[in-house]
Amino acid sequence: MNWYIKRTGQALFTIWSVITIAFVLAWNIPGSIVEKMIARMAQSGGGGSREVIRESIESRLMFDPNASIFEAYVTYMTELAQGNLGYSIVASKNVSAEIADTLPWTLLVMSLATLGMFAISLSLGAIMAYREGSRFDLANTIVGTVTTSIPYFVAALLLILWVGHSDAPILELFPEAGRRPAKYQIEPGLTLAYAWGVLRHATLPALSYIITGYGLLALSMRGNSIQTLGEDYVRVAELRGLPSRRIALRYVGRNAVLPLYTSLLLAVGSMLGASVVLEQIFQYKGIGYRMFQAINNSDITLMMGTFIVISVCMVISTFIADVTYSFLDPRIKSGDQGEAY
Amino acid sequence: MKPTDDDVRTDGGMFGESAVTNVTRRQQAREVVDESIVAPFKIAWSDWRTKVALIIITTFVITAVIVWLHQIGITILNDALNLVGSPWTLETPRSPTVLTPEMTGVRPFENWETPLGTFDNGVDVLSALLWATPGMLQMIIAGGVFSTAMATLVGTVSGYKGGTVETVLNTIVDVAVAIPGLPLVVVLMAIFQPSSPYVIGIFITINVWAGLARTIHSQVLSLREKSYVEASRTMGISTPQIIRKDILPNLMPYITVNFVYAARRVVYDSIALYYLGLLGGATAENWGVMLDWAYNENNAMTVPGKEFMLILPMIPIIALSLALILLSQGTDKLFNPRVRTRHEGKTVQDDDADPQVNPPM
Repeated sequence: MNWYIKRTGQALFTIWSVITIAFVLAWNIPGSIVEKMIARMAQSGGGGSREVIRESIESRLMFDPNASIFEAYVTYMTELAQGNLGYSIVASKNVSAEIADTLPWTLLVMSLATLGMFAISLSLGAIMAYREGSRFDLANTIVGTVTTSIPYFVAALLLILWVGHSDAPILELFPEAGRRPAKYQIEPGLTLAYAWGVLRHATLPALSYIITGYGLLALSMRGNSIQTLGEDYVRVAELRGLPSRRIALRYVGRNAVLPLYTSLLLAVGSMLGASVVLEQIFQYKGIGYRMFQAINNSDITLMMGTFIVISVCMVISTFIADVTYSFLDPRIKSGDQGEAY
Repeated sequence: MKPTDDDVRTDGGMFGESAVTNVTRRQQAREVVDESIVAPFKIAWSDWRTKVALIIITTFVITAVIVWLHQIGITILNDALNLVGSPWTLETPRSPTVLTPEMTGVRPFENWETPLGTFDNGVDVLSALLWATPGMLQMIIAGGVFSTAMATLVGTVSGYKGGTVETVLNTIVDVAVAIPGLPLVVVLMAIFQPSSPYVIGIFITINVWAGLARTIHSQVLSLREKSYVEASRTMGISTPQIIRKDILPNLMPYITVNFVYAARRVVYDSIALYYLGLLGGATAENWGVMLDWAYNENNAMTVPGKEFMLILPMIPIIALSLALILLSQGTDKLFNPRVRTRHEGKTVQDDDADPQVNPPM
C-alpha cells in the first residue's frame, strides 16, 4: 500500500513540475513572442496602438508579466488550481473549452490506433513465434523491421499520396483531411451516419500510427512468445493435440503479452506527442493541431494549456501502467522492483 | 572454507593478483581495446543486421564528410562533386532572374546536369539531398553524446552515491521521463529558435537521457555490491576512479544502445520540426525542408508527375532510420544479458526482436 501512496505522490509531483516548466518557459516568452504578436496584430491593422495591443495580450496571460516572477507564479498556480487555463486569442474562447473540444478527437484517433496496433502485432507476433524459422516468420520479420523504420509522418504523407492519386472507389472512403463530415452532408449528432463519417476521417491518421508502430511490437511479442514456447505446459498442449492457432493465441500469446502491457500505455504517450505533427499533415483538428497553431500564432496561453494537458495525459497513462501492472501479473510484487517501465 | 583438490590457488587468488600488475601499460591498453572494441565488433559483424546497418551508416558518414569538406572549401572528388555540389541548394537557391525553363520542374533522369530532377525554384534535388547529410549527422552526434553523457553521469552518481543525492536525482529523472518529448521540443524550438545543428541535437534529446539514466542507476545499484567494487573501496581508491575503472566498463552495452536510440529520436524529431517549419525557416539544409517544399510549395501531392519530390527525400530518411533499428537489434543481441543467455542456453537459434526498452515512436 505504501508503494501506491509513494507512486501517487510521484505522479502529482511530476504534474506540478510540468506546470512549473510550462510557466518558466512562458515567463521567458514575453520578450520575444509578445513583440512578434504585437507586430503581427499591428500589421493586420486591428486594435489601435501598440500599447493597447500589448495590454490586451498581457491581460490574457493569466499573470502580470511586470510583476515579480514569484508573484506571477502564485497567481498562475492559483488560476490553474481553479481550473482556469486562460483565454485563447486564436480560438477566441477559453483554453479549457478549446481543449475540451479538441482532445476527444485526438483520443479517438489514438484509441483506434492503439487497438489496431495491438490487435495486429499481438496475433502476428504470436503466430510468427509459433512458426519460428518459417518463410512466414522471415517475411514478416523483414516487413516489420522495414515498416518500423518509416517515420509516422512519412507514412502519413505516403497514405495521402496513395489515397489522393488512386481511382479505386474504396479509397474515397477515407478522407485525407478534416475530422468530421462536412455539415451540409451529414448533420452532427448521435446518428450512425455521422459516427461512420467521423470514423472514416480518423482512419488515415490512425493507420499511419499503426503501420509504423506495429512492427516493433510484433517483434517484441515474437521474442516473448519464443521464450514462452519452451515451457512445459505448451508441450502438454501440443501432446493433447490442440489446434495450433489455439496454442499460439491462448497458451503462448497470453503469457507473452504481459510484458507488452506497459508499452501499450507508453505508446499512448508517444502518440500524443506525435499528434503535433500528424494532425498538421491531416489537418485533423485535435489537440496537437491546436498546439502547433498556438505556437505559430504566438498564442501563449493556448500553447501552455495544450502542453500541460498533453503532459498530464502522459503522466496519467504512465501512472496507470505502473499501478495496474501488478494486478495483471501477480508474479510482479507491487512495483517495488521498479521494473515496470 | 576447505580448499578443494582441483582449486590450484589455495590462497584464494590473493597472490595471483601480482602477476597482473606486471603487465605493461601498452599490453593493458591493447587488452582493453581488444575486449571493448575488437571482440564486440567481431560478434556484431557476424550478425547480418549489424552488417547492413554499418554499411548504410558508413555510406552516410562518407557522404557527409565529403560534402562538409566541400562546404568549408576543401574539395576532394572534384568531378563527382561538380555533379552534386552545385551551389543551387536549399540555402542558396538560384535567383528568379536567372531561372530558365530548363532549370525548373525537371523530372528525374531527364538530363545529367540535374540527375534527380529539380524543384520549381530550380534547386537540384540530388544536391539538396546530399547537402543535408552533414547537418543531420552533426545533430545526431550532438544528441547522442549529450544524452549518453548526461544519462551516464546522473545514473552512476545517483546509483553510487545513494542518500539524498539519489533521491533528488531520481526525482529529476522521473519528471524528465514523464514529459512528452516532442511537445516540449516544439515549445523550446519556438522560444529559442536555435540554428546550430549541435544545439538542435541537444534540444531534441533533452529528455531522452532519462530512460537510460534509470537503467544505469539500477545497474550501478547491483554493481556497487559486487565484491571487486567493494575491494576497491576497502583499498581506499577514490570514488571517481572506482566509477571509471570498475563501474563504467560494465555499462557500455546500455550506453551503445542508448546512443542508437537517441540518434533515431534526433532523425525523427528534427525532420518533423523542419517539415513543420519550426526550425530555421525554409532555408536550412534538411530532408524535412525538402518534404515541406514538395508538399506545400510544389504541390507534389496533387500535381501528377511531381511525386518524386516527396519520395526522394523519404529514401535517405527511411534508410538512416532502418540502419539505426538494425544496429540496435544487432547490438542488443550482443549486449543484452537476457538475450545472450537465451542464445547460449536454450534451443532458440535466432531471435531477433528483443523487446525494446523504449516506446516505438
